[in-house]
Amino acid sequence: MLHIYCPHCQELREEEEFHCSGEAHIARPLDPDNCTDAEWGEYIFFRKNPRGIQHEMWYHTTGCRKFFNVTRDTQTYEIKEVYKIGEQPKVVAEG
Amino acid sequence: MSQKNRLQSGGRVDRSKALTFTYNGRQYKGYQGDSVASALLANGVDIVARSFKYSRPRGIVAAGAEEPNAVLQLGATEATQVPNVRATQQELYNGLVCSATNGWPSVESDWMGMMGKLGGKMMPPGFYYKTFMFPQSMWPTYEKFIRQAAGLGRAPKERDQDEYDIMNQHCDLMVVGAGPAGLMAALTAARSGARVIIADEQSEFGGHLLSSRERIEGKPAADWVAGIVAELAKMPEVTMLPRSVVNGYHDHNFLTINENRTDYMSDKAPEGQVRQRMHRVRAHWVVLATGAHERPLVFGNNDVPGCMVASAVSTYINRYGVVPGNKLVLMTTNDNAYQTALDWADAGREVVAVVDTRSNPQGERVEAVRKRGIKVLTGSGVIDVQGKKRVSGVSVAGLDAKGEKVTGNVQHLSCDTVASSGGWSPVVHLSCHAGVRPVWSDEAIGFVPGPSVQNQLIAGGISGTYALDKVLAEGAKAGQEAAAKLGLQAAEVALPNVRKVSEGKPMALYHIPHTKPTSRAPKQFVDYQNDVTAAGIELATREGFESIEHVKRYTAMGFGTDQGKLGNINGMAITAAVLGKSIPETGTTVFRPNYTPIAFGAIAGRNCGPLFEPKRFTAMHKWHVENGAEWEDVGQWKRPWYYPKQGETMQQALDRECLATRESVGILDASTLGKIDIQGKDAREFLGRVYTNAWAKLAVGKCRYGLMCGEDGMVFDDGVTSCLGENHFVMTTTSGGAAHVMEWLELYHQTEWPEMEVYFTSVTDHWATMTISGPNSRKLLSELCDDIDLDKDSFKFMDWREGTVAGVPARVFRISFTGELSYEINVQANYGLHVWEKLFEHGAKYNLTPYGTETMHILRAEKGFIIAGQDTDGSMTPIDLGMSWCVSNNKPFSYIGKRGMAREDCVRDHRKQMVGLKTKDPKVVLPEGAQAVADTKQPIPMDLLGHVSSSYWSATLNRSIALGFIKGGHDRMGETVYYPLADGRVIEAEICSPIFLDPKGERQNV
Repeated sequence: MLHIYCPHCQELREEEEFHCSGEAHIARPLDPDNCTDAEWGEYIFFRKNPRGIQHEMWYHTTGCRKFFNVTRDTQTYEIKEVYKIGEQPKVVAEG
Repeated sequence: MSQKNRLQSGGRVDRSKALTFTYNGRQYKGYQGDSVASALLANGVDIVARSFKYSRPRGIVAAGAEEPNAVLQLGATEATQVPNVRATQQELYNGLVCSATNGWPSVESDWMGMMGKLGGKMMPPGFYYKTFMFPQSMWPTYEKFIRQAAGLGRAPKERDQDEYDIMNQHCDLMVVGAGPAGLMAALTAARSGARVIIADEQSEFGGHLLSSRERIEGKPAADWVAGIVAELAKMPEVTMLPRSVVNGYHDHNFLTINENRTDYMSDKAPEGQVRQRMHRVRAHWVVLATGAHERPLVFGNNDVPGCMVASAVSTYINRYGVVPGNKLVLMTTNDNAYQTALDWADAGREVVAVVDTRSNPQGERVEAVRKRGIKVLTGSGVIDVQGKKRVSGVSVAGLDAKGEKVTGNVQHLSCDTVASSGGWSPVVHLSCHAGVRPVWSDEAIGFVPGPSVQNQLIAGGISGTYALDKVLAEGAKAGQEAAAKLGLQAAEVALPNVRKVSEGKPMALYHIPHTKPTSRAPKQFVDYQNDVTAAGIELATREGFESIEHVKRYTAMGFGTDQGKLGNINGMAITAAVLGKSIPETGTTVFRPNYTPIAFGAIAGRNCGPLFEPKRFTAMHKWHVENGAEWEDVGQWKRPWYYPKQGETMQQALDRECLATRESVGILDASTLGKIDIQGKDAREFLGRVYTNAWAKLAVGKCRYGLMCGEDGMVFDDGVTSCLGENHFVMTTTSGGAAHVMEWLELYHQTEWPEMEVYFTSVTDHWATMTISGPNSRKLLSELCDDIDLDKDSFKFMDWREGTVAGVPARVFRISFTGELSYEINVQANYGLHVWEKLFEHGAKYNLTPYGTETMHILRAEKGFIIAGQDTDGSMTPIDLGMSWCVSNNKPFSYIGKRGMAREDCVRDHRKQMVGLKTKDPKVVLPEGAQAVADTKQPIPMDLLGHVSSSYWSATLNRSIALGFIKGGHDRMGETVYYPLADGRVIEAEICSPIFLDPKGERQNV
């Protein structure tokens, strides 16, 4: 069970308080109506699912109800950093 | 029966406290301090199990968690049955009742054993699957008998009456294992000021020191242990957990510990006491000091009762005062095991010989054994064991230097016990739990933990360090390192003085060769619990299973309840040898939680029965209970399902509730609907983006129904949202979808449109909601409300008004889910029951009838209204549902779902579309989930047209009605489809409009 630091509450809390919302940094296209089906499909269905460093969004469901980003190693489950929505990660996958 | 193997003195048992216990229906005596295993050995019980596949008699092999054979069924009563208890870990108490798990009619004389004897050679790995493959349909029958024969213990048939609980703990340092390394680590860290938890699976701290005759600081080791334990006990920041198995080591230094609080003293927990407790520990740092398990060697017939692991023999002698035999042959690859020969001789019994696989052993213990005049056969191995139900002798032969071939003559030695030692396997299990692969150490001749990403240290046997002085030093160092990492001033702890023992180099040998090739040699067992032999592993590799993970699965090695604690390394070594690879090249399998089997009760803790899940009640719950409601669970909500009157069937109650509502007035507790208060200057724009329809012009005082879609264009929720003020709305959601909708709104606001000024607050619990529905609802409401003009032209359908109902401030919404004239009255939740009761006071003359969720479903289905989650399953667009009226394509912003709905697949023909269904026989109600076909004569698999999503008996229409999906259904009105059912019936139905009643909506516009 993960131990997650909420950047809004500024405390480490148990995973039970959170809900993972999947890969982070997937921006909704600004002009959906001019997306092709392939582009729209890419946006809603396709995810990287990397082995190693992944940026993912978490929701502090039973806490502050805020979303934030987590950089996590999917192999070791290490959390490398947390950062707020709109910010960019400092730890990124190599290559 | 006398305890014939019990020594007169020595050990940690209390001979003044005799205990009586029952094994296989016979009474035996033991002492306080015994394990069930030591008591059985004291009484000369040789056979404790029949093996899994060959049904061979098996005896006790080990003394701890690694025991593969002595796995018993425990329990004096049906409710207290516990399967798969290792006799070596169960402490003896007075009145304990246990039995062997398998064997028929008994373990002593087992009929299956005959099959094992006759069919042994014909039962290779995969035997059952290969043999009982055909016909495939018979496998369930075969399996039942095979499982019965295998005998894996049984669950109690009655409810467990004991209580279990769960405790959350936090600490600076968690020390796993209270042997010499763990004790030193805990002491050092605790003296440095750390908050420490130290857990050990045994009843007493001390680990192997409890069974050892080593001396620390010139005293018996156990005395030194007592001193440390006493010091730790005095420290307020130290929590000591004996009898506590650390079963799981999870991510981010989270550990699960199963503490046995009463299993050691009684069959059932004493009144008011918790039987087992799960500690869920979050630790800043962890020291794994889990020690090592001694490996037995693999040789012919090494499973005959009387074959044991060398250190286990020493443990029984030194800790329990039990010598498990009279004449010992000890086979070893290392110096350490010589201690067992010394212990045996000191107990006054005969050591027939020490058989050492090394050609020239020289070490202090070797010399001590020689000095005692014990015969040492060097460069030799025990290649075969004689005896059926107990060892009667062994065959010993000379081996080549690598231990790969028999070279010398075979000689026979008469004995009743064979102890063997192939070295030690570090207990790396916990370190594997978090995904770390162990790495091979040539020095330790075993796998040691790989590097961890967690805040974890290791000390002692687990790191392949076995000499006591080094183990103590590693423990102290780990404690200091943890303290320093925690930012504490690490205390200097003087290392206790122990005598160093010079040891010769051990030999890396696992499998003792036989004069015959392995495939023809007597069975050489690797995994006792699953009857995996060296020949079986060879066969598996010959059949092409070369990956160690495949070998494991094909042979079932390590799949028993012991997880292969004794056998896995030997199995890997044999696999490697057959493949001509090294052990590190072959690799290892990893271990998963739990370390030892655990009771379901311990996992559940208090979260069972009424505490299994939180329950949510509405403000009117008491009234529903008093009026005999039957219940439906909607999420965590308890909702009235229907209100049967005396003698009524469910259908009769539903018919009555439906007719009363349609004819006069009914009332529904709708408090569970999700309610979200939405405010802010961009609230209106936000609604337009998350709903499919238009919200720009909704005036204050008006309500509107909305559909919510995902980005894929599929409907996931619906509800009515009302405009309370220019920048203020209240949204309702489905009862089950409220939390999801809330998260959905927050997601888009926080991550996509943070520039919008809008705020969401859940107000579900703040309001009690009651819907009065039916032609007399206005009359009823008018009796309790005089400050809202209820006139049909001033308070119109889809309006809402603020006012007073039954003297209480209320919001009244004129919306309808039944198609009738309907008012949804919302009051502050704590006034709910009062208003509800007032409505009944005044409603009696209108036959005001409470109805539950089932009548609500029928009434809405008569009107063709969907229920999100019942009629939708995430694959329906608003268009599929025939709700294009609820989709606005004129909104400037491309709302959620718009682009998704325009995808090629969403606009194609022949999508499944929602229709009404009328069965040809109006009395027949279609089962929900039934699949439509156009032609029942088609071969299977048939072309399925769609399913029935809602189906009811409609009392109002005096016929069955159903909603369902049909490919291209909107253009197939009047066509006939067929529903073939599992019982062979075929129901014929006509496709029709989903609106069965009042298609023009006149009833609600009165």
